[in-house]
This record gives sequence, structure tokens and C-alpha cells, in this order.
Amino acid sequence: MANIDSYEERIKDFSWEIAEKELDYKPGNVINIGWYCTDRICQMGKADKTALIWEGYSGEEKKYTFDDIRKATNTIGHYLRNLGVKEEDRVCLFMDKIPELYLGFLGVLKIGAIAQPLFSAFGDESLFVRLDSAQTKAIITQRKHVGKVRKLLDRMPSLEHIIIVDHDGLKPLKEREKAFDLEKAEKIDKFDIFPTKAESPSVLHYTSGTTGLPKGVKHVHYSIMSQYLTAKWVLDIQDSDIYWCTADPGWVTGTSYGIIGAWANGATQCVLDAGFSAENWYKFIEKHKISMWYSAPTAIRSLMKAGAELVKQFDLSSLRHLASVGEPLNAEAVIWSEKVFGLPFYDTYWQTETGSMMICNYPGMKIKPGSMGKPFPGITAAVLDEKTFEPITEPNKPGLIGFRPGWPSMMRTYWNNEETYKKKFSNGWYLPGDKSTIDKDGYYWFVGRDDDVINTAGHLVSPFEVESALLEHPAVAESAVVSKPDEVNMEVVKAFVTLKPGYEPNDDLELEIMNFIRKKLSPLAMPQEIEYLDKLPKTRSGKIMRRMLRAQEWGQDIGDTSTLEDD
Amino acid sequence: MAEMKDIVLQYVINEYLEDEDEVLTYDTPLISGGIVDSFSMVSLKRFLENKYKISIPDDKATPEAFDTVNKICDLVNGYLK
Repeated sequence: MANIDSYEERIKDFSWEIAEKELDYKPGNVINIGWYCTDRICQMGKADKTALIWEGYSGEEKKYTFDDIRKATNTIGHYLRNLGVKEEDRVCLFMDKIPELYLGFLGVLKIGAIAQPLFSAFGDESLFVRLDSAQTKAIITQRKHVGKVRKLLDRMPSLEHIIIVDHDGLKPLKEREKAFDLEKAEKIDKFDIFPTKAESPSVLHYTSGTTGLPKGVKHVHYSIMSQYLTAKWVLDIQDSDIYWCTADPGWVTGTSYGIIGAWANGATQCVLDAGFSAENWYKFIEKHKISMWYSAPTAIRSLMKAGAELVKQFDLSSLRHLASVGEPLNAEAVIWSEKVFGLPFYDTYWQTETGSMMICNYPGMKIKPGSMGKPFPGITAAVLDEKTFEPITEPNKPGLIGFRPGWPSMMRTYWNNEETYKKKFSNGWYLPGDKSTIDKDGYYWFVGRDDDVINTAGHLVSPFEVESALLEHPAVAESAVVSKPDEVNMEVVKAFVTLKPGYEPNDDLELEIMNFIRKKLSPLAMPQEIEYLDKLPKTRSGKIMRRMLRAQEWGQDIGDTSTLEDD
Repeated sequence: MAEMKDIVLQYVINEYLEDEDEVLTYDTPLISGGIVDSFSMVSLKRFLENKYKISIPDDKATPEAFDTVNKICDLVNGYLK
């Protein structure tokens, strides 16, 4: 029997009190995500249950029980507190998917500080704007990434502590750097966890918009109510499951469901810290007998490319339930997975700002391949008219997705940017920036973004940020950045540039510009194609007509060109 | 072949290696080892195509084929005239 029992029954009289009761929480109580994910599970008699099975790319393996992670998170919290890190200080976690990332996240929360996870592939400029915005006090990182942090020191006086978790002592530590070895540190059994309350800030995830700098999405400790219940009902995490969330905790899926949702439910979870390879993924599932697998459309399409024959070489019979998030899951991928795994991937829709799943496919509910599913119980959702922001009642008519605010994991604001936060609401609806239709049966169908933000492999890239970075390359005079379709990643970044006098367009320059953006921003933001133009299409007022370039890439009608400047 | 291996290895070290103390060999796993991610693979493929004046079909540029310098050079050699 699935945890949710019946979706239709659950939506009738849903209240978030269900989660509060199951987590023994009463309004006004102390609530700390770090405690809920470790100490509480131990108090429930599961101290010796395996919490984490970690495997590195070379096959190295580490295992932790819930009691181990309780003590490890205490130990990290104790260390940070002794450094002078206090409640609401921002602590950045800038690591690959190593155990210290998962345990450090909860250790930060246990002292009431705010965890700021950042994708370890970010370049130094992407790292700087996010640390600068948050005025981060400490960063926990690895030797391999510390070079990027060192480049920022002059511009980051607020960054007091650079904590390196794998310092080998071969080279001396530099200014502000400290070595911390979790395995060698004295384990802290009894720890005074900071008494955070429901609205105490917990996590700061950065996300990109069309314009301006990345925005820090502020979440609070009460978000665990949503993350716990959605993990239980949608991912259907059960006590005997071996769970694998493939997302990196540098992004919200990796924290909401790769840490909080999983461990709040007392699940045993696996982490593979290695680059993608279809064969290695199947080996990992077979070896650890993974039963619940939460992945992403880009990965699923990459598995499809690797072929069904490869699947037959492995015993994947442990798989029981599959789900997906990141960008819309195409119908072909759902049908393919049903054919080769004997199980469909259940698509889920949500975003950094919502903190937890919003529109989903549920165990026991009929799947319509290609559909996002239906709103989670307790979520009031609609498709809105783009002018009036009133719900559209006619089936299959596209409009803006809207959610009535009030679910526990809704972002509380953008860090130091209340003005932009307020712009996310119209007529009492929170607007995630996506368009959809609803069919006659109440299923949502993704249509596209409402803005120019590029969704590549489930990660949002700001065209503005890439355009600005391109202008810092000595050869680039002007730039325009749009998405272009991609079979695996759904969209990838494409740049149009004009060159300064003295530079000639050629393949080597294209590669040089690509690498410039990759190192400055991130591999995700690197244009996978650069097209040289003599001039960019602009309005008479001088604004670049990105819309035209995008339409050209997607084979769409370029629309009204009456405002295009004359030659 | 030996010269090609050195050129590719040096390019990977210069462009993708973050840990300056890490020692790379022709058999170090680049993709599965997290040194080159799937997005960065596009720029590595572009480098090989520019350098050796070849065109590698997308369906041959798999994570497995790009996982070590040795495998990359085998792939490139298959497209050299």
C-alpha cells in the first residue's frame, strides 16, 4: 500500500496539521531541521539504522548510521560555534557530493546559522556574487575548490573563515583558512542545538532570473513540514526503502529531498559522488539494491541514449518507485522507463522558491505520460489569464501557473530584495514564471517559461548574467543570449556576439569564449554555440530583441518586427 | 599518438583541473572522476575538433568515450584521415 493511500481522498480534508502531528510539532514549539533529521530518528529507536551509504567515483565507500550522522552533525556544529559562527550567520557549503556536504548542511542548521549551499562547479565570479549578496561569514570547502575562494578574498572582507575538510598538510594554509577533519575530530555526543522556531531562517538557495543578479531564496525551519510529507506521499519513502536522489545539494532538490525529506522520514539513502555514466548508475542501483529513485529528465534521456540493451546487463529488480524533477518529463521518457524498468517515472513540478513539490503524479493515480500531474493536497493551484490574473476555467487553454501562498516551504523572501519578491505575486497568486494548461481531468501540462530564463538540464541560467560576462571578454563588443533546443538537456545556452575591431570570427575564438564563460560562471552557463553577427537585432530605442533570436532557434514565427531598428 | 596524448592531457590540466596538486595520467577517469562534467565535455570536444580538423558525431561523444585521455585519443584517431 502506498503511503498516500488515495490522492482523491487526501485532497478532501487536507490540513498541514497531518505533518505537524506526525512530526510531534505544535505551533510555538522549537523546530530545528538538524534535530528532526538526526536526533529525532535516533529517539524513535533507529539509531543503528543506516542513514547514508556514500560511494566515490573510484568505488570507495562510507556508511553512516543515524547515530553516526547525529554525532557528526553535532561535531560540525560544535566546531563552527567555537569559531564564533552564530545564529543567522550565513555558512556556505561549497563541496562535491562528499559526506561533509550532507552532514555540514545539518550541522550549520543545528547552530541556527543559515546554510548556503552552492554548486561546486561554479566559477569564481558566480561564487563571488552569491557570497557577496549573502555577506557569508564562513565557507566549508575542499582543497580542489579553495583556489576559487582565494581569488575573492580582497572583495570579501565579511568572509572570516575558509574551512577545508580535506587539507593534507602538504602545503601551508593561507589567510583565513582552517583545516577541519570530520573523521579525526572528537565526536560530540551531547550538543546544545539552537532553539530555532518555525520562522527562523534555515536555507539560502540562489536562483537566476531574466535580469539582475541571482536572488537568494530564503527558507525557514518550518519548511520541513512540506518536505517531510511530500517525500512520504509522492516519493512514497517507506522504512525498508533504499533511496537515491541523484541531485546535487548545491541545488534545491538536493537539499529538500536529498537531505531533509529523506532523513526526516528516517530513510536510508545512497549518494554517488561521480560524473554521469549510464553503466555506473545501473551498477550503483544493482549494488545497493536501490528501491526508490528520484532523478531528472536530462539523466533519464541520457540513459535512453545509452540504450535498453545496457539495462538488461544489470539486476535492477530492487527498483520499486521512480520519480523525476527538473524540467518537464517528456512522454517518451515515461513510456521508455515503463518498458525497460517495468516502472514509469512519476514527474514532479516545483522550484527553488516553492521549496517542495507542488504539482505531482502520485502512486495509485493514473499517469498521463507528459503531464506534470495534479496539485499536492493543500496546494491551491490554477492557470491564470495573463492579463487579469484570474483563473482560466476552460480546459486546455494556456496561462500562467499560480499558487495561493501559505504552504510551509514557500520562500519567505529574496535575501535583501523584498521588492523583487513582491513582484512574484499578482492578484493574490504566487507566480512561479511557468505556463501550463489544465485538461478536463485536472491534469497540468507544461507549456513553457514566461520569461527568457534558460532551463538547461533542470537548472536555471540567466541570459543577462551570461551576456554581462561575455562583455568582459576582450573580443566581444555586444552579446545576446537565448536558449536553443537540445535533445538531452531540453535547452542549452546559445550566444550571439558582435566582435570588436581587430578580432576575426573563427573556431578558436569561439572555444576561447566558451571556456571564458565556463570558468567565470559555470559549465551550465557556457554557451554550447556562439554565432557571430555583424550586428544584433535591436529596437529603435536600442534594446536587443532577444525574442527574435530565440524564435529563430526554436523555428518559431519571429512575430512583430515593426519596432526593429532600420539598417 | 604519444604527442597527441600529451597535447590532450595538457589541455585537460590547463582547462579543467581545479586541484593543482592532483596528478593526472592518460588513464585518470575524467568524466566519472568529476574532472570534466557533461557540459564541459562540449568544449573539450570542440577543442579536439578544432585542433585535429575533424568532426566527432554527437552520438560518439559519450561520457564513456571521453572518460580518459587514452580513450579520447583512440576516438580522435578513428576520425583522422
